[in-house]
Amino acid sequence: MQSSVFFGLSTVAYILAMIAYITYIAFKNRAVGMAATGITVAGFASQTIAILIRWSEFYQLSGMGIIRSVPLTNLYESLVFFVWCLILGYLVIEFKYKNRSFGAFVTPVAGLALAFIDLSGMSKDIQPLVPALQSNWLLVHVMMSFIAYSTFAIAFSTALMYLIANSEKQEKKITFWGVVIAFALLFGLTTLYPQTAIMWILSFALVVVVDIKLNVDISKRVFPKKESQPVNILKNIGTILALSLVSIAAILIFIQLVKFQLVKAEEAAKIKHLGESVSAAGFKGAVMGIVGLMFFIGLVSLKYLILNREYHLFWTLILGISVALLSAMGIDYVAKFLGDTAPNEGMTLKSTFRSSSPVIVLASYTAFLWLIYLVWRYGNALKKIISSFNLSSDFIDELTYRAISIGFPIFTLGGLIFGAIWADQAWGVYWSWDPKETWSLITWLFYAFYLHARLLKGWRGPRVSVVAVLAFTVVIFTYLGVNLLLSGLHAYGSLE
Amino acid sequence: MEQKSVSDRVWSFFSSVKLAIVIFSLIGLTSIVGTIIEQQAPREKNIQVLTKLVGQDLAPGAYNVLDSLGFMDMYRSWWFLALLMLFGLNLLVCSTDRFPAIWRQVTTPLKPLPRETFNSLGIRSEAVIKGGQEAAKERARKALKAIGFKAQEEADAHGGYQLFAQKAPWSRLGIYISHFSILIILIGAVIGIFFGFKAFVNIPEGVGYSIVFQNRGVSTEAESNERNRLVNMLDMAKGDLNYLAQNLGVPLSQLKTDLRKYGIIPLDFTVKCEDFDVEFYGRSDMPKAYKSLLTVYEGGKPVTSKWIEVNSPLKYKGVTFYQSSYGLLDDLSSGEAVFDIKTPAGASETRRVKPGESFTIPGSNATATFVDFSPALKADEMGRPVTYANLMNNPAVGLEIKSPGGQVSGRWILEREPASWVLEDGTILELKDFWGAQYTGLQARKDPGVRVVYLGCLTLAIGLFVAFFMSHKKLWVRLQPDKGGTRVQVAATASKNKFSFERQIEKLTALLKEENK
Repeated sequence: MQSSVFFGLSTVAYILAMIAYITYIAFKNRAVGMAATGITVAGFASQTIAILIRWSEFYQLSGMGIIRSVPLTNLYESLVFFVWCLILGYLVIEFKYKNRSFGAFVTPVAGLALAFIDLSGMSKDIQPLVPALQSNWLLVHVMMSFIAYSTFAIAFSTALMYLIANSEKQEKKITFWGVVIAFALLFGLTTLYPQTAIMWILSFALVVVVDIKLNVDISKRVFPKKESQPVNILKNIGTILALSLVSIAAILIFIQLVKFQLVKAEEAAKIKHLGESVSAAGFKGAVMGIVGLMFFIGLVSLKYLILNREYHLFWTLILGISVALLSAMGIDYVAKFLGDTAPNEGMTLKSTFRSSSPVIVLASYTAFLWLIYLVWRYGNALKKIISSFNLSSDFIDELTYRAISIGFPIFTLGGLIFGAIWADQAWGVYWSWDPKETWSLITWLFYAFYLHARLLKGWRGPRVSVVAVLAFTVVIFTYLGVNLLLSGLHAYGSLE
Repeated sequence: MEQKSVSDRVWSFFSSVKLAIVIFSLIGLTSIVGTIIEQQAPREKNIQVLTKLVGQDLAPGAYNVLDSLGFMDMYRSWWFLALLMLFGLNLLVCSTDRFPAIWRQVTTPLKPLPRETFNSLGIRSEAVIKGGQEAAKERARKALKAIGFKAQEEADAHGGYQLFAQKAPWSRLGIYISHFSILIILIGAVIGIFFGFKAFVNIPEGVGYSIVFQNRGVSTEAESNERNRLVNMLDMAKGDLNYLAQNLGVPLSQLKTDLRKYGIIPLDFTVKCEDFDVEFYGRSDMPKAYKSLLTVYEGGKPVTSKWIEVNSPLKYKGVTFYQSSYGLLDDLSSGEAVFDIKTPAGASETRRVKPGESFTIPGSNATATFVDFSPALKADEMGRPVTYANLMNNPAVGLEIKSPGGQVSGRWILEREPASWVLEDGTILELKDFWGAQYTGLQARKDPGVRVVYLGCLTLAIGLFVAFFMSHKKLWVRLQPDKGGTRVQVAATASKNKFSFERQIEKLTALLKEENK
């Protein structure tokens, strides 16, 4: 296939462009900046050619109309198109606002997506279309959805930039390590014992109750407003809700405890030595208890991070995790070229976090923690760099808003409305609460929240930026998580 | 603090943005649970899902709790529908609450600004131009026209003049159009729930049905047994209600009422599947398209006919039939193999043969008997014929051919293997189809709310376009004599996209200054 050559070229170009943009930011060298733009444009051109070649290959193979042969029918093709839109959007911004600084934030996202394609081992073959996809709606629905996703990605980049440029490091070292360790433990324990997820619900309810009982009114913190605003009704509802959640949880635990006891009694009858069963149950209980405690600490920290305006820690964690994932994939990439794994095998993070050698895994996690620490500790340097761009904070904030205000209507029309019309024609229901549909709605609600917070409540700056950053993680889940983890009617977007 | 009446409290409760956010979050959070738990799925499936989440010990308990809370079919549970209703109500009250103020902004004519307000506006610029006020005014008018504004004029309270203009005040209504569209969509959904149905029916080739089956479950075992009994009887009557009513000795109207009780919906017409066909990609078993030729009969007469496909349904009297699945019948005895026969002499004819039947091969005195059938035949490693699928991917008919000399030989004729069609004497027995062996799976839906939903979608698209891509721009230009020239001050405001309006104002100022040179 000729298209793969051009795809390869564009991947290399975007990675080079990323390096060039970062160098440009560091040294402010005009020539480097021009080179970065040049490389990006070349990569974009090559990717455009690749997409067109693939389109014509598909057209010849399928024998269907040219519109129906659009290469947007599986995860691979959609990721490629997403990257293409993202780069296009970035280039538009670069030329319109004559500013190259965003490149260093957008090209890594493109690089991350392309690296993910290569490393996850997803199928790159041209696959024949299943009957449900043979419709002209495919082009508009999928294309508009991805255009919207890319504007959301741009909003994510600028929102993160805003947070970097406008937050002070105010946390003490101990807060940082407390939060990081709590999160690390949470992550580790949930991976080891997924059944502890139920503790999440419990501790969240606990957090809310503690908050209300101690009269730390969440609503007042989240929406600081004039004194005259009646908050009692909401507070009461909040209390009722929280209490009912806790009661549900308590009932659940009670039922389970009883059941657990019954099961244990049965087992105990079988086991001769009573001590064995008691210690087994005790161990399990202890583990659950510790995990619950950890969740509690994690949630409390997360809550105070955002409510106490500790944005520095927030962006540090987000950026640290992104950079760590990107570097880990970079290492996978190098390992792939050095050739110690067979190609086309799922190998994301196989050379680092998911290595078969425990030493490497340990080293990776240590390096990961150090990376986050360094970003946190020396984050102010990054802040200085961004301030040197001479971009006003308001402008970056406005750019986030504008990206979302372009993406939101496109997403509503192309993703939700056209999706509903197509579903109505193909499946006979315009809305079936399929996981993809539901997650699209959740994404939509997130961005609707952003818009209402900004336009109605007058939120500006860090608070809306946090929303924009979090909303994009929802977009990633809607796009990848649903297809990879949940089943449903949109199942054709899976890795196979 | 002043006492508020109950109705005021209720109103302010529903008009609060906080309530909206609480509802947003609740819909979002509960929806997440709904995507993890497979909806309307068998119990075992979700127990499996829950085992992954809470462990084996707790899974059955968690299932029971979630089940009693309605999470197994949550998008139709009363509390989720109540949340959606609450969302609609909140939206309505919120919009009504804020509407008068916005309406005033839209309809109030523009007035010159007092000095303090003028100086407090976000976008401002200034230029001094040579020449008297009248000349300056003309120049300002021209510059305003160049950026697309038509200005009004009034004398300023502090001497001099003010020119002022606005653009697209109605764009402020975009948000309301969007919000009301969501209400329209919700209303459409409610109409669909109350006056429509979602059902399915599997129709074998050559059979007509005048009933469809609703997807809803039946609550008790007795009900489910009764429903199964009715379904069996209907299957035996091949969906013919008149025939069944006669057989049972009940009036047709009584039968219809009984059927509805068990989720079986009688139609005013009969849908017959004349033919069903699957096309494959090349020689693979991956379907490229599957389609059914449906004919609607009313009063025994055909009314309309259409080949339906996955993306192209048939609509008749408000009921839409969608191609959704297909399969092979258990009983193949009523099927017919369709052969196109071409003799070496050049004659050709079409013959339909049922299993067990014999026919004389034209142009020779040999007789062929239909002795075996396979829906999907292929040769295994040893070269023996095996059936590899339970779908009609490559139908094959086993024939026993008796020559005039009395020799008997057996052979398979495969639909997809032209090589297998040619007999020893050169006669071609092309197997066109094995008709009457497949059923077509149809979704049937009646939803009078769809048009309302579409209307809501349309207005939502328009509303969002207006709300996001248009902005209400207002600007004022103050002209005052200043040291032989005229001082021109500009103040402006926009409801959205201030940055681009700022650039427009910069352009305006540049135009004003330009002619000084």
